[in-house]
Amino acid sequence: MPVIMDADRMGRTLTRIAHEIVERNRGTERLALVGIRTRGDVLAKRLAKVLEQITNEPVRTGALDITLYRDDLMRHVVGPQPLVRRTEIPFSIDDQKILLIDDVLYTGRTIRAALDALIDFGRPKEIQLVVLVDRGHRELPIKADYVGKNVPTSLQESVQVRLSETDGTDEVSVSSEHE
Amino acid sequence: MITQQVAPISKLRHKDLLGISDLTRDEILLILETAEAMREIGERPIKKVPALRGKTVVNLFFEASTRTRTSFEIAEKRLSADTLNIAAGTSSVVKGETLVDTALNLEAMAPDMIVVRHAYSGACHLLSRICRAGIINAGDGMHEHPTQALLDAFTIREHKKRIAGLKVAIIGDLLHSRVLRSNVQLLTKLGAEVWVSGPPTLMPPGIEREGVRTTTSVDEAVEGADVVMLLRVQLERMQGSFFPSLREYFTVFGMTRERLRRAKQDVIIMHPGPMNRGVEIDSEVADGPYSVILEQVANGVAVRMAVLYLLAGGAEHETAV
Repeated sequence: MPVIMDADRMGRTLTRIAHEIVERNRGTERLALVGIRTRGDVLAKRLAKVLEQITNEPVRTGALDITLYRDDLMRHVVGPQPLVRRTEIPFSIDDQKILLIDDVLYTGRTIRAALDALIDFGRPKEIQLVVLVDRGHRELPIKADYVGKNVPTSLQESVQVRLSETDGTDEVSVSSEHE
Repeated sequence: MITQQVAPISKLRHKDLLGISDLTRDEILLILETAEAMREIGERPIKKVPALRGKTVVNLFFEASTRTRTSFEIAEKRLSADTLNIAAGTSSVVKGETLVDTALNLEAMAPDMIVVRHAYSGACHLLSRICRAGIINAGDGMHEHPTQALLDAFTIREHKKRIAGLKVAIIGDLLHSRVLRSNVQLLTKLGAEVWVSGPPTLMPPGIEREGVRTTTSVDEAVEGADVVMLLRVQLERMQGSFFPSLREYFTVFGMTRERLRRAKQDVIIMHPGPMNRGVEIDSEVADGPYSVILEQVANGVAVRMAVLYLLAGGAEHETAV
């Protein structure tokens, strides 16, 4: 299973994205990070830490569970419904610049669901998308504003992001389905 | 947040929720954990998610209910299901239609789920056999009221962070109570020590076999209890005389502040409602600091959302095979 990003590289990637965010938004004023459960919210917390180191300002973070907004809910013939987890956005998103964070950008359907979910919480001034890996194969017109790494993949491959908080190690790898 | 018990499964394998007796411990934990996530939706400015968009849910109530029916309806609406309410008093039931015919006619209009309350025990089981739609029992006679027991467990977990090892005293009209039957099943499955108490005439025969301790002394039941749950004296179901008078019932079995002193310092007081103040519970206790009675009502919506969501997923698996 080829590793395409190790812990070192992941750290540097997040630092680079943080600088891009600060540059584009001229600081972190009225900026808040919302991560998509389960790995996006871990990434959001890490990115917030890096942003705080750069600007010396606190950055707010939240976690979004999009299960109840999925377009494939109730359409699976086999396999369990995903477990619904708690959404925790402890601040008003009205008029804020929201950075939506996910680990892998693939079909774009998760992001579509996340946009719907976010907008139920208020009217943000702007939503920007941050992903650690963009693997292509979009099915919806969605594009990330900040990308950690573009990884061309085939449909038979799957991309695994492991984070030390949830999986014990920092690593991104690509594997083919039948391995 | 409750994190100590994590459900190892992620779906219910049932089409229906007829009673707690059909659920495993893991399934109960799954419902309670899903309800945790559902509760947050009720705290949002827009209290609605699209999960059950396009699903139709019929609330078929043959018995009076405000709390349960309203709670189900709010839960259905928060999940974006289309809901309709049929109360027996305004339906063809008054023209003499049987339960089966009513159900078959509803079924012909292809609802996805039917929430049923009926005065006869077993009415929901009958409907589950003839309907493709998922059936949710909202109380059948003196049999079960599973969503009430689930919301009670949710409320207990919220306060005590666990259920295993707690002493739960259930006091009142045990004989006529479907809430008792569902709660005993659920609490014993999750490892609580359940005590039941009430007049001997209202003690269901064979209740000890369910793994509970029985006593006619309220003081013994309340002694060191973590949770005290009162049950309504159901005069409308009583044919004949079970105790001399309501005043005497209150004197011997009513929950007063004095009696409550025997319980643990952090005891919580529960009641499924509607309450008879001055009969099974003193107003001072009902409105007192230990009372979580209104929290139970609030939690009911989240628990019913969880049940609807999980069953809608489960029903799909059953029919798609």
